Amino acid sequence: MLSTGIRIACAGAAAALALTACSSSSSSGGSGGKTLKVAYQKFGNEIHVDAHMQKVKEQFEAAHPGVTVKLDPINVAENDYYTKIDLMMGSGSTAPDVVYEDTFLINSDIQAGYLTPLDAYLSAWSDWSQFPDTAKAAARGLDGRTYGVPMGTDTRALYYNKALLTKAGITVPWQPKSWADVLAAAKAIKAADPGVTPLNVYAGKPDGEGSTMQGFEMLLYGTQDTLYDSSSKKWIAPSKGFSDSLQFLKDAYSGGLTLPPQQELDPNVGNVVGGQLLPQDKLAIDLDGSWVTSTWTATGAKPWPEWSSALGEAAMPTQDGGGKGTTSMSGGWTLSVTAKSKNKDLAAQFVELALNKDNSASYDDADGQIAVRDDVAADPAYQNSNPTTAFFTGLVPVTNYRPAYPDYPKVSDAIQVAMEAVITGQSSPADAMKAYTSTLKGIVGSSNVAAGSS
Amino acid sequence: MDSPRRGRGRGDRAARAVRATRQLPLAPALIMLFLFFLGPVLWSIYSSFTNAALTGDGAQNPQWVGLDNFRRLFSDPNVTNGIWLTVVFVLGSAVIGQNLLGLAIALLMRGRNRWLRGTVGAIVVSAWVLPEVVSAFIWYAFLGPDGTLNQVLKAFGLGGQDWLYSSPMLAVIIANTWRGTAFSMLVYNAALDDVPADVQEAAELDGATGVRRLWSVILPLIRPSIVTNLMLITLQTLSVFTLIYVMTAGGPGFASSTLPVLMYQQAFKFSEVGYGTAISLLLLAIGAVFSFVYVRVLKPEA
Repeated sequence: MLSTGIRIACAGAAAALALTACSSSSSSGGSGGKTLKVAYQKFGNEIHVDAHMQKVKEQFEAAHPGVTVKLDPINVAENDYYTKIDLMMGSGSTAPDVVYEDTFLINSDIQAGYLTPLDAYLSAWSDWSQFPDTAKAAARGLDGRTYGVPMGTDTRALYYNKALLTKAGITVPWQPKSWADVLAAAKAIKAADPGVTPLNVYAGKPDGEGSTMQGFEMLLYGTQDTLYDSSSKKWIAPSKGFSDSLQFLKDAYSGGLTLPPQQELDPNVGNVVGGQLLPQDKLAIDLDGSWVTSTWTATGAKPWPEWSSALGEAAMPTQDGGGKGTTSMSGGWTLSVTAKSKNKDLAAQFVELALNKDNSASYDDADGQIAVRDDVAADPAYQNSNPTTAFFTGLVPVTNYRPAYPDYPKVSDAIQVAMEAVITGQSSPADAMKAYTSTLKGIVGSSNVAAGSS
Repeated sequence: MDSPRRGRGRGDRAARAVRATRQLPLAPALIMLFLFFLGPVLWSIYSSFTNAALTGDGAQNPQWVGLDNFRRLFSDPNVTNGIWLTVVFVLGSAVIGQNLLGLAIALLMRGRNRWLRGTVGAIVVSAWVLPEVVSAFIWYAFLGPDGTLNQVLKAFGLGGQDWLYSSPMLAVIIANTWRGTAFSMLVYNAALDDVPADVQEAAELDGATGVRRLWSVILPLIRPSIVTNLMLITLQTLSVFTLIYVMTAGGPGFASSTLPVLMYQQAFKFSEVGYGTAISLLLLAIGAVFSFVYVRVLKPEA
């Protein structure tokens, strides 16, 4: 009995060892027969990065005979993607050579030692001068070195369905002046047509950073408060802005103005909003990112030729119209080279090819990104590529950037927990903020937290 | 280990040497066991005292943080909530659900004809042989907002339900009871077959009613099986992850985040591996408490 079991276990272990030995990505020496692994996310409607990588793979293999580019499209929701690439990059046998990194996580991954500084390559790359300083800073570590090349950036605003607003007696083009205007419009839509969802604001753990940024920060950065005060170098909690933002969510969700929480807490909610609710005229106002329109283009996941006449865009107003009057948030993704890559030179060349002028332009255009390269941004072909490009690029003057410090991903998780507690009715905004404050102190240390306005 | 000593002589040392050489072939297996079984266990105990993480500082050079994780654990409302939910889940779906339902089915099937026993047994067991992820998805598809149950309710003109959202614990307890009852049923079937018929007849002649017979005769006779069964299903249920994760992902909020789910979230969603392993040790402790209680209270060897 036992010996048989052990024999099987040994055989299994031996097989496992053999498998891991076979599956390690170590490439044979010499210039021929090299394999370059590229890992990125492909989930639901997010198919443009995949299309872009396939194109660059062809170009790269043509330019480097004997090199095979192995694409690894990771088909999981946002949070799982971060977990997966972190686990992959932790070991030399599984680390990809080139990785698609969210600027939200990049500082954390730099600190984890997962990425390679690219300064030596970039200083010799003539195109690098086309990237403005803000873009270069997106992937700059605390050590001042650069760890990634930005693919594009984005801004966020309100999309609205012209027909549904008109039906509710709201004049289009519509530009709300305050949060109250947004809620009032949503209430009017609910009264005029109970069958549609008046407003979508992402607000739960399943949508991950999407909830934090498209949902919470679009509200918070329209108040007197922010997440982090760069002058005092302290995280801000508790603050009136924070609880007001949660209160807005509570008003919207408990008033039945949004998707029911159980639908909002589905990891696929982003795909449902862009792929079904908006095209089917079932959602009137959507607080979302500039890339959403890329779902509806001819090459998108759900072509919808009429989108540009059916939808209008409005900037997100600040809480009461104060400050600059409107607000936005910007993030974006980079391509980086992993620290454990055995082909760093090739990987850097791949990144440079993937983000040269033509490739950057075609990707930004396809994926509804805002160009970060000066030469692409100035190109009339890019400016006219999408009816919304001018609008979303116009939000850059009022936009905000996340405090992309290494602790930020954990702070973002704490914000999602607070949002979810409020929209499900498990906590009042005050209690959720109290819980957030104590979690925040645990993450960054009590001495790095200060109260905001009250 | 040693065989009884048969006097001291020259053969003794030789015999010991022979015994030792006989153990030799086991060495590779033992090494494997240490490497693949004990290794991860020891590593997780070690890492629960560090700030190991998937990203950030704790990924590059995890620091020894002593009891910090455990201090945080006992002041974390989500952990307190997780302990409570885990206990509710084990009591609800294992001790009450699977155990009592399994016993009831086994009792009802006694003395029935072979065909009926076979049919009922097959139906109950079929829920148990399904992979956990499949039964989890079946329940998700059944209880979901546009799921089978709501379609049926709507066909009868009734309003839908949203248990996965409004009472997630009830939903996962029902699902886990459905899934695991077969095991208890099989254990009790075997145990009841061993109850001598003459003892029962004697009780019947003494005028004991059905309930009284069950309480005073049958249950005491199958007590060892009850303890074994409770122990096994408790430990199985404590570690249920897939079912809950697929059905509710521990949500909404933390409303169904039992310790295994919480552990996963902390380690792989919030990237705090060290803290996650600390939660796993807590889970181990709870399993030990349950086992201890069963052994002490029910005394299987009595």
